[in-house]
Amino acid sequence: MSVKLNTRQIGDVSVVDVAGRITLGEGSSTLRDSLRDMVGKGQKKILLNLGEVSYIDSSGIGELVSAFTTVTNGGGQLKLLNLTKRVKDLLQITKLYTVFDVHDSEVSAIRSFV
Amino acid sequence: MREDSCQTPETVERFLDSTLESVDSAEELAVGVAQRAGFDEDDVVKIGMAVRESMVNAVVHGNRYNSNKKVRFSVANNTERFTVRIADEGDGFDFSHLPDPLSPGNLMRTSGRGIFLVRSFMDEFQIRHLEPAGTEVTLVKYRMSK
Repeated sequence: MSVKLNTRQIGDVSVVDVAGRITLGEGSSTLRDSLRDMVGKGQKKILLNLGEVSYIDSSGIGELVSAFTTVTNGGGQLKLLNLTKRVKDLLQITKLYTVFDVHDSEVSAIRSFV
Repeated sequence: MREDSCQTPETVERFLDSTLESVDSAEELAVGVAQRAGFDEDDVVKIGMAVRESMVNAVVHGNRYNSNKKVRFSVANNTERFTVRIADEGDGFDFSHLPDPLSPGNLMRTSGRGIFLVRSFMDEFQIRHLEPAGTEVTLVKYRMSK
């Protein structure tokens, strides 16, 4: 399965439920296009729920970094929610775990946006 | 290593097109052999990811999706080691100066982590130029913990 995205609005926070594989090709481009669209519409608080992401490769990691930079440079915030062990391990190996604001609870993640 | 692991040596070789579909095919082939060899789920995932990253390098950066160029892919399993070789027909690159993706200046780059991940996931990683053209990488996972 490639990646599937579902976006929910909770207050002024856009929660993007991501499922499947974020890999070079369709998976990465789908995520990139969706996030750029949200930023283009002025959305500044984005929470990526990665709880159903089964697999992510270096291209997918690059998309997360790119999204983080784009949103942050635009004055917004991008946070991560519900990392699977594999995704968490990857972010730790690549020293990106501490770059992102990572949460295990959707409620606390939404509250953390300022 | 699982107790029901297969002790029969197995070798698979394919000449693959320079497409992203070939990346998926190679990953599936390697994962299948690794599962039959008895690697645990964590190691199977690591092998699959290492193969995917190496195949992407061969297809995208080596052969640049050129339909006239092939990727030679082989996976061999014996009682001691699980070995994957991936060779492209590209112009090659200077792999003696690969940037460190963990250095502060590179941390927020959107690319450049592939070979780093391969090295992290496998027990051995070798890379060499081929004549007259191309690059071959060799990935090894030990069957038994050393």
